Amino acid sequence: MSTLTALARAQAWSAGTAQRVALVRHVHLAERPLVFVPLALAGEASAPLATMVGDDPDSPRLLVVSQPRNRDQRFAFVAELADVMVSYMEGFCSVAEEVAAGRDETRPRFVNAPQVVVPNQAAIGFVRLLGRSTRFRRTTGEFAVGPAVPVLGRWLTYLAERTEHPGSCLLLAATEALSRHWASGQSELEDLNLAALMGWIDPPPGMTGEEAAAAAEDPVLSPPAGPATDPGFDNEVLESLIEACSRADGDAAASSRAVAALERALAGQLVPTWRLVWRALELLRALPEGASVARRWEGDRDSFTGYAAYLRDTGLPQPRRDGAVAAARRLDWLERAQASYAAERAFDDPLAMAEYRMTGEAFAGLVVKAEPDRLDHSGKRRKLRPLIMVETTDPVRAEVGTVMTAVTRQGQSARVVSISADSGDAMSAENGPEDGAEPAGMVRIVLELSGGMGRSLTAAPGSVPEVGEWLCYSSLTADYQRPWEFPPAEETPWTHGGPPQPYVPADEDAVEEWS
Amino acid sequence: MTPGQHEAAQAEPARAGPAQLAASAAEKVIGDLTAGHRAVVVDSPPGAGKSSLVVRAARTLACAGEPVMVVAQTNEQADDLVDRLAAASAAGSQLLIGRLSAQDYVVSARVGRHAGVMVATDAAALSGCLVIVGTAAKWATVKARTWLFPWAIVDEAYQMRSDMLLRIAGQFDRALFVGDPGQLDPFSTVDIDRWTGLTWDPMQSAVEVLLRHNDDIPVRRLPVSWRLPSNAVPVVAEAFYPFSPFVAGTRPGERRLSFATAAFRAGPLDDALELAAETGWALYELPPRHTVRTDADAVGACAALAARLLQRGCVAHSEFAPAGIDVSPDRIAIGTAHRDQARAVRSALAGLASAGPGCSVPGLADVTVDTANRLQGREFDVVIVLHPLSGRRDATAFHLEAGRLCVLASRHRHACIVVARAGIPELLDAYPSTEPVHLNVPAKFPDGWEANQAVLAALAERKVTVR
Repeated sequence: MSTLTALARAQAWSAGTAQRVALVRHVHLAERPLVFVPLALAGEASAPLATMVGDDPDSPRLLVVSQPRNRDQRFAFVAELADVMVSYMEGFCSVAEEVAAGRDETRPRFVNAPQVVVPNQAAIGFVRLLGRSTRFRRTTGEFAVGPAVPVLGRWLTYLAERTEHPGSCLLLAATEALSRHWASGQSELEDLNLAALMGWIDPPPGMTGEEAAAAAEDPVLSPPAGPATDPGFDNEVLESLIEACSRADGDAAASSRAVAALERALAGQLVPTWRLVWRALELLRALPEGASVARRWEGDRDSFTGYAAYLRDTGLPQPRRDGAVAAARRLDWLERAQASYAAERAFDDPLAMAEYRMTGEAFAGLVVKAEPDRLDHSGKRRKLRPLIMVETTDPVRAEVGTVMTAVTRQGQSARVVSISADSGDAMSAENGPEDGAEPAGMVRIVLELSGGMGRSLTAAPGSVPEVGEWLCYSSLTADYQRPWEFPPAEETPWTHGGPPQPYVPADEDAVEEWS
Repeated sequence: MTPGQHEAAQAEPARAGPAQLAASAAEKVIGDLTAGHRAVVVDSPPGAGKSSLVVRAARTLACAGEPVMVVAQTNEQADDLVDRLAAASAAGSQLLIGRLSAQDYVVSARVGRHAGVMVATDAAALSGCLVIVGTAAKWATVKARTWLFPWAIVDEAYQMRSDMLLRIAGQFDRALFVGDPGQLDPFSTVDIDRWTGLTWDPMQSAVEVLLRHNDDIPVRRLPVSWRLPSNAVPVVAEAFYPFSPFVAGTRPGERRLSFATAAFRAGPLDDALELAAETGWALYELPPRHTVRTDADAVGACAALAARLLQRGCVAHSEFAPAGIDVSPDRIAIGTAHRDQARAVRSALAGLASAGPGCSVPGLADVTVDTANRLQGREFDVVIVLHPLSGRRDATAFHLEAGRLCVLASRHRHACIVVARAGIPELLDAYPSTEPVHLNVPAKFPDGWEANQAVLAALAERKVTVR
C-alpha cells in the first residue's frame, strides 16, 4: 500500500465514508455489460450451483442446478449458460472497422467488445476453473456435451487469461474496479467483500460507511457475493431443498415444486449481489473517463477480434500449460502492459501522479527560465536543444542525464542537465520532521528539450514551454516498444528442454478428474 | 539445486592453504571445459575470484582458437570484464577483445584506454575478435543464426532470468555459467503464478532452468572468499551457504582496522566503531519502535557512523598493505533495502557534510549509498547496513529474502556495521515464513527467515545498545 492510499484509508475511517484515490475512471465501461454472479457448491471445486446472468439490470436470467453433484445436470447448466454467454460474445462479432496495420495495410477490428462483470476476484477464479473444466469436452462419443459447452469453455478461459493483462477490461471484478478508485476505512482483506466495500462507498441514508460495512457482515442481511455460499444458508436452507429435489425425482409436479422452491431460495441469495454490481457500475460510470481508457479498450478490442478469428478458423482449446517460449513471450507482454498501464494511469490522473511525485520519480513546478533558441553545436550538425529551468518543492530523485517527459507535452523528451537545491535547506535534514520526510526546499532543475519542435533551427511557436507554465515531469513512458524476439517454439533451445511435442487434441483430453 | 549436486566439501581444508584450494578448484573448472560437458555451472561465494575465473576461461578457450561469447548482465559488469580481459591480453598472449554495445553506449574510460579492444554496435563488425563481451540484453538483439559460438560464458548467471537465457541460447553450443547463488534472485514487475511448478518458469534464474532440464551438468564451487575477512566467513557461510562451505583467503588478524585518533569521549558511535574494528561486525541497536520506512533515527545513525568513521581517520591493514592505508570515503558504503531509504541516507549525509565550520567532514558525499540490488557485485572496505527489518511491524517475503541480507552482509573487506531497531528477533518469531510450498518447485536453501535468525544470532554478541 502506498503512503497516499494509507492516508486516504485513514481519512476514510475518520470521515466515515470512502475517499477517492483517483480523479478519473481508469476502467472502460461498456454500454451493455454482461453481469455474471456465480454461486458454487461448497466442498466441490467449481461445481456450479446457480448463477444470475444478463445484460439488463431489470431482467436477470436465473440458472440453477438442482443436484450439483450430478455431472449431467451440471453440463445441462453449462449449456444453458453458454446459450446466454456465447450469444452475448458473438453479438459483438458482426460490425468491424478497418484499422491501419503497417504501411498500406489494414486489419479488421470489431467496433465493440464484450465486457463481463463479476462481483469479485474469487468469481474470476471460478470463471477460470469453469473454463478449464469445459474447454476440453467432446461433443461426440462418450460423455458428449452440447456443442456450445466447449465453446463457452474457450471463451471463459480467454476472458480469465485476459484479466492477467494489466489494464484490460473484458472481464472485470467489481470489488477490484471500485478499489482502484476509492479507499475505504477498512483493510484490503475486508474490501474483498463487495457489500462491505459498497457500504463504505455508498452507505444507505442515515448510516456511516463503517455502520453499513458492519451491517454487510451479517450473511442474512447481505448474503455473500459468492462463489462460496454462506455455510448457515447451506445447512439450514440449501441442504433440505436439494434433498427435496432429489426425492421428487420422477414425480413431475413435486419436482417442479421442489425446483421452484430451490430457485426462490437461491434467487434470494443472488439478487442483493446482482443489485450491488449494477450499483457499483453506476457509481463508476459517474466518474469522468481517463484519457487513455479508450486506447486500452482498443487493445482489448484487438485482442477480442484476434481470438474470435482464431476460434472461427482453428478453434483448438487453449493448452493446459504454456510451453517454454509461450510462457516467456506472455511474461514479456504482461510486463510491457504493466509498465504502460502504470504510466498512462499517472498521465491521466494527478492523484496517481502524486504517488510518483512523493517518491521523487516525478516532479512538478513552474518554468522560471527558458532559452528557446539554444543550439547544440557539439555534433556534426547543429541541433535545436532549448533549455528550461523548472523550480519545484517536490523531492527530486532524478539523476543528471535522466530522460523525462512532461504529462502535457508527451512528444518532447527532456534530459536533466543539472539539479541545484537552495542552500537554505541544507540544515533541515538533521532537524527535519520526525517521520523522515524530505526537507521542503526549493529545487531548480535545468532540462534540455528535444523533439516536437518542428524541423527548423527555431522552435515552432508554443512548442517550448514558456516562463510561468506549470509542468509535471516524470521518467514514466507509455510509448510503444517492440516486443522482444523469441525463438519459435519448435526451436526451443536445449537449456529449456528442447522443442516440445506438438499438441494433438485427443479423446483422452476429456477423460480426466476435474472436480 | 540439491546439496548432492555440489561436489563434496573439500576433505582437508585445514591442510591445504587457501591459495592452493582456489587454484585446484579453478583448474578443475578449466578441465571440465574440455571434458565434453554441454554446460558447466560454477557457484561462487562472495568475492571468490569469479571474474578472474571468467577471464581465465575465456582466454583458455580463445587461445585454443575458438571464439567465445561472454554474456554480462549490466554495462558496468561488461566494462569490468573487458578491462580485465584486455589487461590480461596485454600481459600475456595478445587477443583482440570485442565489446558489443547498444546505440547509446558511451565508451567508459576503463575500456577506452586499451588498444586491443574494438567497440561496435553491429555484431558483424566484431567478427575478427576471439572474445566478444556484451550484455545479455544486447546479445538478445543479435539476429538469429548470425553466429553459433562453440562456447559462451555467462557471468552473474543467477541474476539472469530464464526468459533472457531463452533469447540468447540459440547463439551458443556449450556454456559456462558463473554466479553467486546466495544473492538476490531476478524478479518481475508482474505478480502471477501461472507458471509456478513448470520447469521452464520464465521467472526463475537461468541456472535453475538449465539444471532442471539437464541433470548431467557438473556444478563446481569456488572454495575461497578473497573479499570477506576471516571473521565474516563463518557468519556468512553458515547463514547463506549452509551446504557449500567456503574459507577465507586471509588469516585471522591479517585484516584489521585502526583509528588515527582516539575517541575524545566514548559514545555509542565510537563503541560500535571500535567493536567493528576489533571483530569485523557490530550491531548498532536503537531503542525498539515501530517506524516508517525512512526512520529518521536509523537513517541518521547510518550517516553519523560513516561521518564518525571518517572523522576518526580509519586505517585499513590488509595482506596487500600490512602497514595500513586510509579508508577513503569511496571505500565506504551504506546499504538499504528500499530506494527511499537510500535517498534519506544521502540527504542525511549531505546535512552532515555541511554541518557548519569545524564539524564538517570532507568527502562525506563520496560515500556510496544504495539499495541491495544496486550494491550487488560491488566491494568496499567498510559497509554500514540499515537492517531491512528495522522498525517494521511485519516481515514480508521481500524483507525476509535471504539474498537481500546476503548482499548487504557480504560487500565488505574489513568490517560491517548493522543499524537496527531492537526487537527484530521478536518480529521474526511473530512472522514465521508462510510462503506456500508448490508442487514441482525445488526447495530453496537457505530460507530467508532462518538466514535472518542466523545473522542476528551472530550479531547478538557484538551489540552496542543505544539508549
